[in-house]
Amino acid sequence: MALELPDFNLSEERAEFRDTLRRYFEEHASITEVRRVMESSLGISEALWKGTSEDLGLAGIAIAEEYGGQGFGLTELALALAEVGRSLAPIPLFASAGLAARVVQAVADESARGEWLKPIAEGRAATLAWVEEDGRWDPAAVAMIAEGEGDTRRLSGAKHVVLDAGHAERIFVIARDPGSAGEEGLGLFAVEAGSVGLAIEEQETLDLTRPLSTIRFSTVEAHRVGAADVDVLRAGLDEATALLVAEMVGGMGMILETAVGYASERHQFSRAIGSFQAIKHKCADLLIDYEAARTASNGAITAFEEGDPERVILGAVGKSFVGPAYVKMTVENMQIQGGVGYTWEYDAHLYYRRALGSNGILGDAAAHQEYLAKKVAEIAANLPVEGRGN
Amino acid sequence: MRREDTSEEAAFRAEVRGWLEDNAELRSDQPAKALDHSPEAETVAWERMKVWQRKKFDGGWAAITWPVEYGGRGGTPIESMIFNEEQSKFDVPVGFIAASLGMIGPALMRFGTDDQKKYLKTMLRGDEVWCQLFSEPEAGSDLAAVRTRGEVVGDELVINGQKVWTTSAQYADKGFIVLRTNPDVPKHKGISFALIDMKQPGIEVRPLVTMRGDRHFNEVFLSDVRTPLDHVVNGIDNGWPVTTFVLMNEGAFIGTTVQTRTTATAMIEMAKDSGRLEESLVRQRLGETYARERVLGLLQARLKAALLDGRMPDVDGSVLKILTAEWGHERSEMAVWLQGAAGLLAGSDAPMHGIWQDQALSRGANSVGGGTLEVHRNGLGERALGLPREPRFDRDMPFRDLKTSG
Repeated sequence: MALELPDFNLSEERAEFRDTLRRYFEEHASITEVRRVMESSLGISEALWKGTSEDLGLAGIAIAEEYGGQGFGLTELALALAEVGRSLAPIPLFASAGLAARVVQAVADESARGEWLKPIAEGRAATLAWVEEDGRWDPAAVAMIAEGEGDTRRLSGAKHVVLDAGHAERIFVIARDPGSAGEEGLGLFAVEAGSVGLAIEEQETLDLTRPLSTIRFSTVEAHRVGAADVDVLRAGLDEATALLVAEMVGGMGMILETAVGYASERHQFSRAIGSFQAIKHKCADLLIDYEAARTASNGAITAFEEGDPERVILGAVGKSFVGPAYVKMTVENMQIQGGVGYTWEYDAHLYYRRALGSNGILGDAAAHQEYLAKKVAEIAANLPVEGRGN
Repeated sequence: MRREDTSEEAAFRAEVRGWLEDNAELRSDQPAKALDHSPEAETVAWERMKVWQRKKFDGGWAAITWPVEYGGRGGTPIESMIFNEEQSKFDVPVGFIAASLGMIGPALMRFGTDDQKKYLKTMLRGDEVWCQLFSEPEAGSDLAAVRTRGEVVGDELVINGQKVWTTSAQYADKGFIVLRTNPDVPKHKGISFALIDMKQPGIEVRPLVTMRGDRHFNEVFLSDVRTPLDHVVNGIDNGWPVTTFVLMNEGAFIGTTVQTRTTATAMIEMAKDSGRLEESLVRQRLGETYARERVLGLLQARLKAALLDGRMPDVDGSVLKILTAEWGHERSEMAVWLQGAAGLLAGSDAPMHGIWQDQALSRGANSVGGGTLEVHRNGLGERALGLPREPRFDRDMPFRDLKTSG
């Protein structure tokens, strides 16, 4: 059953773009294909990534034309990510275009941006490594030292939960100058895949559709992209957070359609189960969460696109609301489908896993809620707040 | 995210602002005293409301979007929004008159005869207060099960029965009532919608006290109450379309109540002052509350944007209704919890003159008023998602053969 919910805040061109992507992923990233890739060693489809980069230009959709991209904005990238979230297409669009490119864009000087962004725009995937042993998503928590000085450094130590690292041609790393601590002395460094001393250890993951790796560095050569004020790094990560929310909302739309479709077709007691209030009300709650989530996501993306002074707040609002809502929706979807909803064969668990995984990336709901409470108190009292939700 | 006013809108806003400043006082952020729910205080409040309504009528502000011929301003939805935004900053009574205007006014404009439409102007002027006589003890969510009888006698309807949950019946001059005029046909087909005079013999109003202690609701007993046949709207036995039209307006009205003092930001400031913002759990719960408030604000902005562009709403009103109610309840209970021991008090003894306690005790207004949340969830499932209805046994049988609990 095709559930037709009205679009909002979407021009005709953008709706067409979205429809094109949906058809593309339905053809090239069917759930059968997703499962095939998921069980492969890389966890990413190189052919699909090549296709989406070359046929659709997604890799550089939000990168300026002067840096080799398509020159569209965050809204188009968010639309593309939503289709990835919906289909679970096994491509590193979030890691490369949504995370690495946004942080590079924020950190690199205008003169150097092209050098770093052009390969990403061409589809040579990148990722960002910053989280360490303590599992904190705030760049100020980074301890890794970039030994030496100037633009060529040496990195040693480990980075964890690096997204889609196995396919990345370049890994951007947040590390710090020797002797620095906290918010001072941070920088962004580029490491080529295959560098001497670099070991990428693919991890077994709860979310089967987004590979995570631990990367070990043993005096690995790294090039400095730029010294990075902590606020600049956070600004890049804040954008990434809003984009991750958009990706999650795409999955929520799929869950709503799946659950309502099942409730309409599955009959027990000679009735469609969706006619029973117990199931109908669950479906109504799925709609409520989805409508609230896509409104929140749209608000955050628009705020970043327009440079709204409240953009960081709206990004945190999105992450703190959408993360738990996505998890809840996937749980209800499994329950509506009954026994089969909990089987390996049905796809419900793939989305449940995706929701749990995405909820935990870039700061969980609790972290963003803490940030919001502190930030609102700060605004009320005119005091500074350190850190971010992520 | 409200866009900037255009220069025309800014000029309109300035005009509104000027008139409000000449005719009302700015409201303070803090409640000056506890809400008084005594009948005496409510009578005073009611008179204040009528006076304010009359002032607005004389100033040409009583109904911005209504056509001029009905006493309105003939303005746009955005002008109405601007007026409401500015009015909310002033200490003026807006409540039940606005509610009845929002419900019966549009219904008369849509279904009324020319004579019936004459009531629009007196209603706007605050001369006549209207009440809604819909629910009955045996007709709640299932409103089409009304039993209050209307019998045609000569050129009059003679009405006998009982209504309940009638807001402000004790202050009302007129009422609009849903009646059973034909029990021999299926339930939806034997209903009439009539206008009645509330100040006539045979009408007995008994206030119901809510758990909060107010007396807004009433039971209304009707014995041989009369109204002329030309006060039936949309024809005898053809009142159900009018009734559902009113209900749709009621849902929209109740879902958009604006709280100005009881916000998440006020709660965060409260927690900061008491030192509880130091607790991580408190920050998380407050952050969640704040996020929900912003999400709701974005949803409302989405509805408004559609309204302003003259489009059909692109999000179902029941989504907002349910979130407003459920998140609102959690918020007020959390605020009481945040207050700790002081939260156990109420009225003037409690922080902020008990405004949060008062809100916690008002939860029925949003959970049941304007349709229970369960009925709204059914509506979302069936209307928005296309799920099948429950099997029904009451659609085609004559009303008199239907089973009831009483």
